[in-house]
Amino acid sequence: MSHISLRNLTIGYGNEQVLRDITVDIPDGQITAVIGPSGCGKTTLLKSLNRLIDLYEQAKVEGQVIIDGMNIYDPRTDILALRKKVGFLSQKPYPLPMSIYDNIRFGPKIHGMNGEQIQRRIAALEKQISLDEPSLKPVLQKARFKKDRQMELLVEYYLRLAGLWNEVKDRLNGPASQLSIGQQQRLALARALAIEPEVILADEPTSALDPISAQLIEKQFKFLKENYTIVVVTHILRQARRIADYVIFLYMGELVEHGPAGQFFSSPRDERTRAYISGEIS
Amino acid sequence: MIASVSMVLALLIGIILVITLRGASSLNLSMLIQTPKGGYYLGKEGGIANAIVGSLYLSLGATLLSFLFGLPIAFALQKEYTGRSLSNITRLALDILWGTPSIVYGAFGFVVMVYFGLRASLLGGIIALTLLMLPIMTRSIEEVIRMIPLELKETSYALGSTRIETTLKVMFRQALPGITTGILLAFGRGIGDAASVLFTAGYTDHIPRSLFDPVASLPLAVFFQVATPIPEVQQRAYASALILLMIVLFVSIFSRLLSRRFSRHIVR
Repeated sequence: MSHISLRNLTIGYGNEQVLRDITVDIPDGQITAVIGPSGCGKTTLLKSLNRLIDLYEQAKVEGQVIIDGMNIYDPRTDILALRKKVGFLSQKPYPLPMSIYDNIRFGPKIHGMNGEQIQRRIAALEKQISLDEPSLKPVLQKARFKKDRQMELLVEYYLRLAGLWNEVKDRLNGPASQLSIGQQQRLALARALAIEPEVILADEPTSALDPISAQLIEKQFKFLKENYTIVVVTHILRQARRIADYVIFLYMGELVEHGPAGQFFSSPRDERTRAYISGEIS
Repeated sequence: MIASVSMVLALLIGIILVITLRGASSLNLSMLIQTPKGGYYLGKEGGIANAIVGSLYLSLGATLLSFLFGLPIAFALQKEYTGRSLSNITRLALDILWGTPSIVYGAFGFVVMVYFGLRASLLGGIIALTLLMLPIMTRSIEEVIRMIPLELKETSYALGSTRIETTLKVMFRQALPGITTGILLAFGRGIGDAASVLFTAGYTDHIPRSLFDPVASLPLAVFFQVATPIPEVQQRAYASALILLMIVLFVSIFSRLLSRRFSRHIVR
């Protein structure tokens, strides 16, 4: 599992500073919620962690983001490897313009996974699986023996892991665009998991979803946190209370307060945090 | 609202009606499969096979050529590949080329061919038509690619794909309905254009056997044959107009169907 540290991270678009001097450690194997009012730099913070911020021409990054001991803004960084390690879920799910099956296969395929690698992945996954998700085990056991169908089984595995399999198993070759938006978000989760990340970044992953789908996503996150470091941006305080182990509070581009969720919500130290939690500012 | 709809519909129906009434009576199998006998301008026998085949050769060749150049140009104009000012200049240039009257392409093609000592030929016609079609195709495809949501590209990049992979596997497929429409739009413009092929492709009673033979085309078949005093020759003109109209109608409908089919995978 990866360890993420931000050191004096400052990000601006043109002349406008969006994040100022952020220094924080993100705990491994937990769900970290980044909260704060709209426009406080939450999404920018998230997109700086997998260098998706590079796509914005005007963005200027100073300071360091250290993942597994390496500053990812070092010019020698392999961005593709970084993005493979750090998966991303966007606010509104975007199915790739292809079938459900091909959406999941997209990542493994571009990273050139061959039969032997799939085999090794399957063996590794088998060890990881916890007992509370018994449906995953038989898939992997089957996958060990049926070499010609390994990719199919891997797709099945990730769809099950994201809680989508039962809804789509009969139309894997149908277009992903025809799924409901809640299903699309779980497809996006499965697709992100299929590239074998260690970290999952999620940018308000439930804000476009109906309550039932949102609940499903939250449930998946809680289930996944055992094996992944998860960073969720949210503007829903109650969501942060429900799922977060650790909370980072940003206000106007500044890191106001961070700490374990229990402590953060019960006894905030900063006046602004208190005001935000109590709903005086939003 | 109703007035504008009915005006547009009346115009379309009027054109179809007039051309069909004049052309349908002369449209028979021999009209479709025979070339004119005794010269297209005077001969009373034969059909318009020379023009049908010629037009298809010309516009299919030019569509292929335009696509081979146009698609890469359309992608190259995106901000992933080209800086803003350079791509804007290219867009402006394409827009000017789009608006250039086709007779200018014909004249330009003619000058160039004279310079190189070439005579009117299928190849010359294809090249002149390509000049006409390239801006149309490139600009319409480029516009569609530019509309691809940034978030979709982010999704692809976030999975660790390279710029080329994102371009070929995601952007191309997302833009596919629009690309299809762009191709067929350009094809429709090309097959109906008379002026650009007038000097460059020439006109002939025969079906060309090589790229260097002159070639007939449907728009010129109308142009040369409609104003003669001989009724049989006029028949060929109306038949050509009808065939041309049918091809263009078919292409429009086909392009709608195709683009709907390709849209299955797309979320906007």
